[in-house]
Amino acid sequence: MGRQLLLDNLDKPGINTLSGYQQTGGYESLKKALQMKPEDIVTEVQKSGLRGRGGAGFPTGMKWSFLAKPPGEPRYLICNADESEPGTFKDRYLMQHKPHILVEGMIISSFALGANTSYIYIRGEMMYVYHILQKAIDEAYAAGYLGKNILGSGFDLDLHVHCGAGAYICGEETALIESLEGKRGNPRIKPPFPAVKGLWGCPTVVNNVETIAAVVPIIRITGEEYAKIGVGKSTGTKLISASGHINKPGVYEIELGVPVEEFIYSEQYCGGIRNGKKLKAVVAGGSSVPVLPAELILKTANGEARLMTYESLADGGFATGTMLGSGGFIVMDEDTSIVKNVWNFSRFYHHESCGQCSPCREGTGWMYKILSRLLDGKGETKDIDLLWDIQRKIEGKTICPFGDAAAWPVAASIRHFRNEFEQYISKGKSDVKHYYRINNLQES
Amino acid sequence: MLNESGLLVESSKINIVANNKEIKFSDDALALTEKLIKRYPEGKHKSAILPILHIAQAEFDGWLSPEVMDYVASLLKIQPIEVYEVATFYTMFNLKPVGKCLIEVCHTGPCWLMGAEDVVRYIEKKLGIKNGETTADGMFTLKTVECLASCGTAPMMQIGETYHENLTLEKVDAILDDHRNAGVRRTHWEKEKIKP
Ligand SMILES: Cc1cc2nc3c(=O)[nH]c(=O)nc-3n(C[C@H](O)[C@H](O)[C@H](O)COP(=O)(O)O)c2cc1C
Ligand code: FES
Repeated sequence: MGRQLLLDNLDKPGINTLSGYQQTGGYESLKKALQMKPEDIVTEVQKSGLRGRGGAGFPTGMKWSFLAKPPGEPRYLICNADESEPGTFKDRYLMQHKPHILVEGMIISSFALGANTSYIYIRGEMMYVYHILQKAIDEAYAAGYLGKNILGSGFDLDLHVHCGAGAYICGEETALIESLEGKRGNPRIKPPFPAVKGLWGCPTVVNNVETIAAVVPIIRITGEEYAKIGVGKSTGTKLISASGHINKPGVYEIELGVPVEEFIYSEQYCGGIRNGKKLKAVVAGGSSVPVLPAELILKTANGEARLMTYESLADGGFATGTMLGSGGFIVMDEDTSIVKNVWNFSRFYHHESCGQCSPCREGTGWMYKILSRLLDGKGETKDIDLLWDIQRKIEGKTICPFGDAAAWPVAASIRHFRNEFEQYISKGKSDVKHYYRINNLQES
Repeated sequence: MLNESGLLVESSKINIVANNKEIKFSDDALALTEKLIKRYPEGKHKSAILPILHIAQAEFDGWLSPEVMDYVASLLKIQPIEVYEVATFYTMFNLKPVGKCLIEVCHTGPCWLMGAEDVVRYIEKKLGIKNGETTADGMFTLKTVECLASCGTAPMMQIGETYHENLTLEKVDAILDDHRNAGVRRTHWEKEKIKP
């Protein structure tokens, strides 16, 4: 196991409480940060090479440096704890077990950005985690880490947790801001970017839970040390949510750069494919990223070992590569129906489209309808081309990247598994598995 | 502007009646509302709408009737349409009555790979209802939902605030029996957690 900067000390009793967290060195980074100049914290984060862990991988230090600072106007930091990308469950895990690392990260980051009011926007379904965070925040206020003149630094911060109410789109940062303003979660047209006009029209930074939490170890070990972990521009550690047909599903903190093959097969991580089956395909970064067949996820098209890094997973572009995305690593064994899987994802995107942009609102419904027809054995050969055509006409033609996220899984499934689609059409069904019994039983 | 009671309006002056019953938050819910409103800058109190609608569901039998939405609009001093448009956007708000236990089974990809469809089929058979329906005794409503960020412990379902993970058919039996015996209404913001 590589270095554990976020999931360390999880076995310590009371790590979810202030005192337990403090016994493992918790809030020492905050004390250190409050001795620094805010701009030096931003520099430290820039040096660390930390990239946004919410999916897009945008350099965090750079994002922070873009924040507009018009005099007399408040600035806001919002933590994106909406975690709704299918296959992703790392933020929930971290917040549930170590809520104080997020609270500490929020205080340091707010100080660095000059925000005096900050919010954690958590999806409403995770209401029990909302209460865990609320308790952690209450403890932090009582300890003088929040409120007025924090630890005598002169810095004031109010931190609030805010709950959503069921809408994947509210993970998109401008939809999240709309939602936090008490409206429907419709993404905004950019520009202006939130860094200039965000929450209530004020300059705003939105960062993922894991990104904010990573600021705590970065301050502790320095940005330079953090940047030594990983490969190239993929620095530091990353939480990977591993699910599907593996022996050991769960959340793993990896040093970026672990070979994909090691991640899937070693006992330290996923422990191989369950029931002695063979690997068929992997969705490496949450439902939105292109699915890859076994041979392309293990090795790039050039025959090099594929690594768990932003660059290596993207090697080959969408023709033969994919994306690290949110780190939602979904593994499918040899029996899995790719058509049924993408049908399932299409239902999700159809259900979750906010409906503002016609290509997305209509297109996701059409794709779902055609895939349903294919699954029912009523597809025609031209349906495959039609699906391809529709996804092309959604990608890049919407206000927010949701449209791309809906298009890519369909495109990649056809690109790499076209023969399976054809089989559904020629045979009326496929030989592959559709229905899984609970308890790991065989197909009924 | 907040008034002396810390609310935007004198809550006793709101008068909304449904089925001959006055729609009114409990004192705890009013105190919590007051606390939540203060989390947002003055004039931006509309931001509190999502948490307050969750509380309203817990206060009024797990769903939002038009009268309940009107009440929330009055509390927040906004137009009823502003509440309706929000309530209809978010999937966690029930716009018609639901059973005491809303069983939400995740049916998204990773859960499907682990048998989510089997869970749904099993519950449908056991309770004699289809997805979206409520049992005749008003105890259970079954609803499939999208990924709840619990894919590593699939298949899973949520009842109230509780995540039930790594489901087996035996576990489903035990969970439903427990709820039937307890007979208590469950909501995402659990009623006992409505405290100022
Ligand atoms: C449809 C959609 C859903 C998203 N969902 C999430 C989410 O649940 N959590 C998250 O952190 N970012 C999500 N994002 C990315 C955010 O828009 C944003 O880039 C991110 O929160 C920035 O934080 P980071 O730079 O720390 O990654 C989503 C984006 C899109 C387009
Ligand atoms: S797919 Fe069911 S919790 Fe993620």
